[in-house]
Amino acid sequence: MSVDRETVLRVARLARIALEEDRVDPMVTELNTILGWVEQLQEVDVREVAPLTSVVAQRLKMRDDEVTAGGDAAAVTANAPLVEDHFYVVPKVVE
Amino acid sequence: MNAPVKSSKYIRGESGDWEVVIGLEVHAQVVSKAKLFSGAATDFGAPPNSQVSFVDAAMPGMLPVINRRCVEQAIRTGLGLRAKINPVSVFDRKNYFYPDLPSGYQISQYKQPIVGEGEVIIDLPGGETATVGIERLHLEQDAGKSLHDQHADYSYVDLNRAGVALMEIVSRPDMRCADEAVAYLKKLRAILRYLGTCDGNMEEGSLRADVNVSVRRPGADLGTRCEIKNVNSLRFIAQAIEYEARRQIEIVEGGGTVKQETRLFDSRAGETRSMRSKEEAHDYRYFPDPDLLPLELDAAWIKAIAASLPELPDEKKARFIKDYGLSAYDAGVIVAERELADYYEVMARGADAKLAANWLNNEILGRLNKQGLSIGDCPVSAEANHAIIAMTSDGTISGKIAKDLLDIVWAEGGDPRTVVEARGLRQVTDTRAIEEAVERVIAANPDKVAQAKAKPKLAGWFVGQVMKETGGKANPQAVNAVLKARLELPEEG
Amino acid sequence: MTDLIGLTLADARTALLEKRVSSMELTGALLSAMAAARPLNAFVTQTPERALAMAAESDARLARGEARSLEGLPLAIKDLFCTKGVRTTAGSRILENFVPPYESTVTQNLWGAGAVLLGKTNMDEFAMGSSNETSYFGPVANPWRAEGSNQTLVPGGSSGGSASAVAADLCLAATGTDTGGSIRQPAAVTGTVGLKPTYGRCSRWGIIAFASSLDQAGPMTKTVRDAAILLRHMASVDPLDSTSVDIPVPDYEAVVDSGVKGLRIGIPKEYRVDGAPPEIDTLWQKGADWLRAQGAEIVEVSLPFTKYALPAYYIVAPAEASSNLARYDGVRYGHRARDVRDIGELYERSRGEGFGKEVRRRILIGTYVLSAGYYDAYYARAQKVRTLIARDFDAAFTGCDALLTPATPGPAFALGEKTQDPVSMYLNDIFTVTVNMAGLPALSVPAGLTMGGLPLGLQVIGKAFDEAMVLRVGRALELAAQFRAKPKSWWLA
Ligand SMILES: [Mg+2]
Ligand SMILES: [Zn+2]
Repeated sequence: MSVDRETVLRVARLARIALEEDRVDPMVTELNTILGWVEQLQEVDVREVAPLTSVVAQRLKMRDDEVTAGGDAAAVTANAPLVEDHFYVVPKVVE
Repeated sequence: MNAPVKSSKYIRGESGDWEVVIGLEVHAQVVSKAKLFSGAATDFGAPPNSQVSFVDAAMPGMLPVINRRCVEQAIRTGLGLRAKINPVSVFDRKNYFYPDLPSGYQISQYKQPIVGEGEVIIDLPGGETATVGIERLHLEQDAGKSLHDQHADYSYVDLNRAGVALMEIVSRPDMRCADEAVAYLKKLRAILRYLGTCDGNMEEGSLRADVNVSVRRPGADLGTRCEIKNVNSLRFIAQAIEYEARRQIEIVEGGGTVKQETRLFDSRAGETRSMRSKEEAHDYRYFPDPDLLPLELDAAWIKAIAASLPELPDEKKARFIKDYGLSAYDAGVIVAERELADYYEVMARGADAKLAANWLNNEILGRLNKQGLSIGDCPVSAEANHAIIAMTSDGTISGKIAKDLLDIVWAEGGDPRTVVEARGLRQVTDTRAIEEAVERVIAANPDKVAQAKAKPKLAGWFVGQVMKETGGKANPQAVNAVLKARLELPEEG
Repeated sequence: MTDLIGLTLADARTALLEKRVSSMELTGALLSAMAAARPLNAFVTQTPERALAMAAESDARLARGEARSLEGLPLAIKDLFCTKGVRTTAGSRILENFVPPYESTVTQNLWGAGAVLLGKTNMDEFAMGSSNETSYFGPVANPWRAEGSNQTLVPGGSSGGSASAVAADLCLAATGTDTGGSIRQPAAVTGTVGLKPTYGRCSRWGIIAFASSLDQAGPMTKTVRDAAILLRHMASVDPLDSTSVDIPVPDYEAVVDSGVKGLRIGIPKEYRVDGAPPEIDTLWQKGADWLRAQGAEIVEVSLPFTKYALPAYYIVAPAEASSNLARYDGVRYGHRARDVRDIGELYERSRGEGFGKEVRRRILIGTYVLSAGYYDAYYARAQKVRTLIARDFDAAFTGCDALLTPATPGPAFALGEKTQDPVSMYLNDIFTVTVNMAGLPALSVPAGLTMGGLPLGLQVIGKAFDEAMVLRVGRALELAAQFRAKPKSWWLA
């Protein structure tokens, strides 16, 4: 499997990362190098193998239904680039 | 099994009959104090971002830990839907960018949901029922809220709802008309409310439905469906389905093809329209959330939850029909709300159950509806109504007085038995007192006596006069009997 | 005390308790060393005021006889651990000005035990790198230089700042994180001790995520004993991290000197790679001889899927990272691009500007391997290979107590030497990454110098949660190796 320009642009769009025009072709090359290298995994017979779900042998931890956090709108918005009345503010989103 | 669809449900197009196929994806907010993966509160209507933990705001390094209560609620709901509870389920990340989705992914369940196949029995007009299949129920996080109309250039993001636990309940495409879809949602809502797992409040968004609609020729393969997002009232769901079915039929009959898409119901215009923002092709890149291990459920826990399940609407309805002798219709109305059913049972215990049902449906619900109240707000307790019905049944008060008594207690409160005594509302069954009243009426209206003898139907006028004479307290049967004897009228037959 | 900054954690602890030195003196000496070592660029943020305040409090406690177990001991913290009120950048422009309103569990544990924060160490951006050259704050220099050379070498990565700071005596010890070798590889090429604990041993809460199923915090120290001391205090059972394991943390220091007599040490034959410098093989052989001389039995074991660990890692880690880093979107914190027209541009430009080249590359790889149609071929397959790798270790550990391998395929290399070819850079982690894929604990111990005078390390791999064994074997190697070399302080010139 090798990727082309179009794929790189589609993936960049999915990842919401702007790629400068002069970075596209190098990225195509780099991704193909890496993907070509990981291609060796295809030689492993994994037909009878289950994917690893967790390296730790442990049951999922659960929390009690208690309110233990929140209540500080100033703290959660303190690092935000644009805030108004404790709302995060972004350019208008059109539905 | 589904009851066979009646041809009356088909929609008549220009070129013949069309069948509408409807499936619902319902998002039900889990009743819990804290969110699915964080310790922030879930209350409705709090100030912006005041119920947001660092986890909900997806601050760097923050991790989810699941709320046991939310898991329990999902299991409880699954059991209430007679569904299979999966011993192992997996939380996946659904990746996409949106300002009210702080981490850039929603934690949801994709390939292995917590609850598998189940069913809901829906109640149709005339006491009929039909079964709607449940495909699955999974747990997932709600998103936050973006306000788009506060400013010309900006959207405002509030994450209070972000991370609140939702159960997404996916039905099979088993519904064939708007009424069935509405009945399904009503029934689902009733079950959730009985279980205490979702408050069912559609105005506050605790229950939201995505409606999948397609049309086909009767018996043909499924047509292309459109998904109408987030329709937030029963009335709108019906309108959206009617509109969307007609729209699709018109397209197909006009030689076009229906495009699979996400649509929005515009309640003001009463129509559905394409959602441009959802047009972009999505690639959610689901994969198991590495911050969470698979959710393994103990059989003993599931068993304990099953043992704690309340009696659900269907069982209750069957019991009311059997034990109280109610009609399927009356039983259906009463079990629709758990509070109503509980109220009824207090009223009916040791009383005339049918009388209690009529009293509840006609007198109580009538008054509540007029005032826009629900049974929980009813100013007269079930015990008080029980007393009124009991007094009516044993002849202590007349049916007419019972209604007056209800008005008094409704407005002023108080114990009905005390009110009856204090105001002297007891029914007069004493024959001598009634005979005296009859004599007075006859003496005052000799002309009417003659007429009544010729036309026995006029006796009714005398009954009314005697009742007036006794202040409404006379037992009508007793008055009838005395009058008949005194006026020498024939027995009715 | 003449050489305060050269003290080990254990010796400094004794000196403080015996009041031969105060924490203020110790902290002051290290702050001066840090200030003089700017050319190493080991720190992103130095916190002298906080350090002195913490030292003063420690001295007061020491004076009152209320010393906690790390009382007054100055540490450097990798800038991936969120520190409340202290800027935390993950080495990225996107978090250039991020000040967490919370403290990571690991650092909280350290401060709770009385440790002193000197500053936040430089690192590869979001821990993605093996040379510390991807940091937005510039590369870190290795304090070591080849004999007779002025060429700047890399300190390894991603915990390059921590390794450099420990090696240059700018702190008593430091924290690191290890996703594919990011503690052990820099430790090996800087002549320091680095321990990656079992996945789940240290809480990940408050540590900025790179690849959630692989990330693990651990100590970077001057001696094996110090690693034992620091790990005990970093590790905890944390209810805030679903993958933190409920196994009590033992007193590692108590067992560190137990020796290796009677132990079986496995030598995995697959770690003999073509093209590795002969010095690596020689050192490995020497290590086995040292352990045999101290009474251990050396056995050959096989880990057949070893060669697939690195390629599988370069699917799993970028996939998880692509999702973990979606939260850096310029909405709630972090870099936001200026003059954007709409939300789409805000995302794309904020992320495009905020992330460096390697991070962007890995996000794109990760996005690609999770995208529709590729999931099974890449991600699912890589996770299956992981199962095989874990089984390899299970099988090997049925016949031995720990494994001995080289830590890196070579010594520190020159700045810029491997930046052009990502795969050649990735190969630096060839001996370390397998352990992360299986979640096991592993330690890198300085074991000797190359002919050019650069440090090399050996790696000890243990069974899950058997860090004690890893430390015992590591201590035996340390005793035998007698590694006393120190880098020349060229940065003071
Ligand atoms: Mg859905
Ligand atoms: Zn959903």
